[in-house]
Amino acid sequence: MVQDWRPSCAIELLQLRARMLAEIRRFFADRAVLEVETPLLSHSIGTDPQLEFFTAEYRLLPVRQTLFLQTSPEFAMKRLLAAGSGCIYQIGKAFRNGESGRFHNPEFTMLEWYRVGFSLPQLMDEIAGLINHLFRAQPLQETQRVSYQDAFFSHTGLDPLVFSYPDYCAYARQSELPEAVTICGHDHALWLDFLFSHKVQLHLGNNALCMVYGYPACQSSLARINEHNALITDRVEVFINGVELGNGYHELTDADEQNKRFDKELAVRQQQKLPVTVKDQRLLAALASGLPHCSGMAIGLDRLLMLLSGSSAIDEVLSFPIHRA
Amino acid sequence: MAIYSTSEFKAGLKVMLDNDPCAIIENEFVKPGKGQAFNRVKIRNLKTGRVMERTFKSGESLEGADVVDVEMQYLYNDGQFRHFMVPDTFEQYQTDEKVVGDAGKWLKDQDSCTVTLWNDAPLAISPANFVELTIVETDPGVRGDTSGGGGKPATLDTGAVVRVPLFVQQGEMIKVDTRTGEYVSRVKE
Repeated sequence: MVQDWRPSCAIELLQLRARMLAEIRRFFADRAVLEVETPLLSHSIGTDPQLEFFTAEYRLLPVRQTLFLQTSPEFAMKRLLAAGSGCIYQIGKAFRNGESGRFHNPEFTMLEWYRVGFSLPQLMDEIAGLINHLFRAQPLQETQRVSYQDAFFSHTGLDPLVFSYPDYCAYARQSELPEAVTICGHDHALWLDFLFSHKVQLHLGNNALCMVYGYPACQSSLARINEHNALITDRVEVFINGVELGNGYHELTDADEQNKRFDKELAVRQQQKLPVTVKDQRLLAALASGLPHCSGMAIGLDRLLMLLSGSSAIDEVLSFPIHRA
Repeated sequence: MAIYSTSEFKAGLKVMLDNDPCAIIENEFVKPGKGQAFNRVKIRNLKTGRVMERTFKSGESLEGADVVDVEMQYLYNDGQFRHFMVPDTFEQYQTDEKVVGDAGKWLKDQDSCTVTLWNDAPLAISPANFVELTIVETDPGVRGDTSGGGGKPATLDTGAVVRVPLFVQQGEMIKVDTRTGEYVSRVKE
């Protein structure tokens, strides 16, 4: 008899999840943001080289097609926005292949929302409103807003916007991370991923929501370049107790620029011999027809539930994580 | 030897790192939502015993290490080498004090212990958790003291020195926990 038929979370966690979902829905209903559903199975997928996807075979004989399980609902939701949906949100599953660990399950629940006419600071106000509302029974400390540059500098002494190979190497060696030199080489974006995740992130949001904005331009595929500083983008990431909860953008609306970024990512995919994808032509067509000026945010709800319940591993909040699914 | 990718890293896996055999203690998957995935691994160098942390880019791999633990009987010390034997096969291994290290002071002839072999050569010796040894030297105890508080040093037949209660006498056999180096009880023969 198999012993792992039981859920890996406590029954109380199922109840807490249901309450959290109901409160999120009420929050958006109060603000007249429309709940939508978009397909999990789709003909195209994001080109981001950092995201591995699942494929499924669609048989409509005699035709067989490869479909993709969505890594995020972003493209479909942007098509709705371009079609005139107005502000929308979605609570649904997203799939990322190969991601499994204390904070990762390859299938997870994502809240994604778009606010037409919102700038990034306006979106950040709403994020803080939502998160602090959900935590009102166990209030967090005052919300922190810090630029990526300031957060990175205060924990490493390095400037993330200007890549100095000798300085980065010296810092890695003195921090007992000499392997960073071999792994990252002269790849600035990779250095930032390495140092941010090892040396910065764990200090962010000590029992508080910490919003980090102004990500370096080399790190954002779908955000706008900041109009005052071409080295940064209008992107925000939010953290509580060092756990990354989500990511938001002032969305890129320029179809030509988006097309260029797709091409760049496809080239990286080819160079790294990653699975081939094609550009989502329907998204590009939607952008060309006119995506309204908007900002959008995605939050991992399983991780949010971990923080709400004080759990230390994602398995403690999932009914059936991948190894029991 | 097999090759292991970061996704196969788990506690207990033996791998080669910087030309030394190592055992993985912990493996944490670290990945920013938009960025490179890493595996932060806590690992013990089996030669030095040192524990360190090392990060790998997810998808990197390490060669497995041919490391096995074998129960053996400790035979004798010839002054230069210590000799061990696998009871089932009578196969013998010898090793010097550098490999034996701290375990040496708990090894009594004929006792069994665990010998860690790397490429069929002894890499480390672990004594049994509890050993029974004879006191060869200790001060006479104070009569009437049965509390065990305080205690006194006692030298054992393997050369180890442990603290024993005052009532324990020279020539007696005692049980010792080798993980802590502490006296457990007297052994009735």
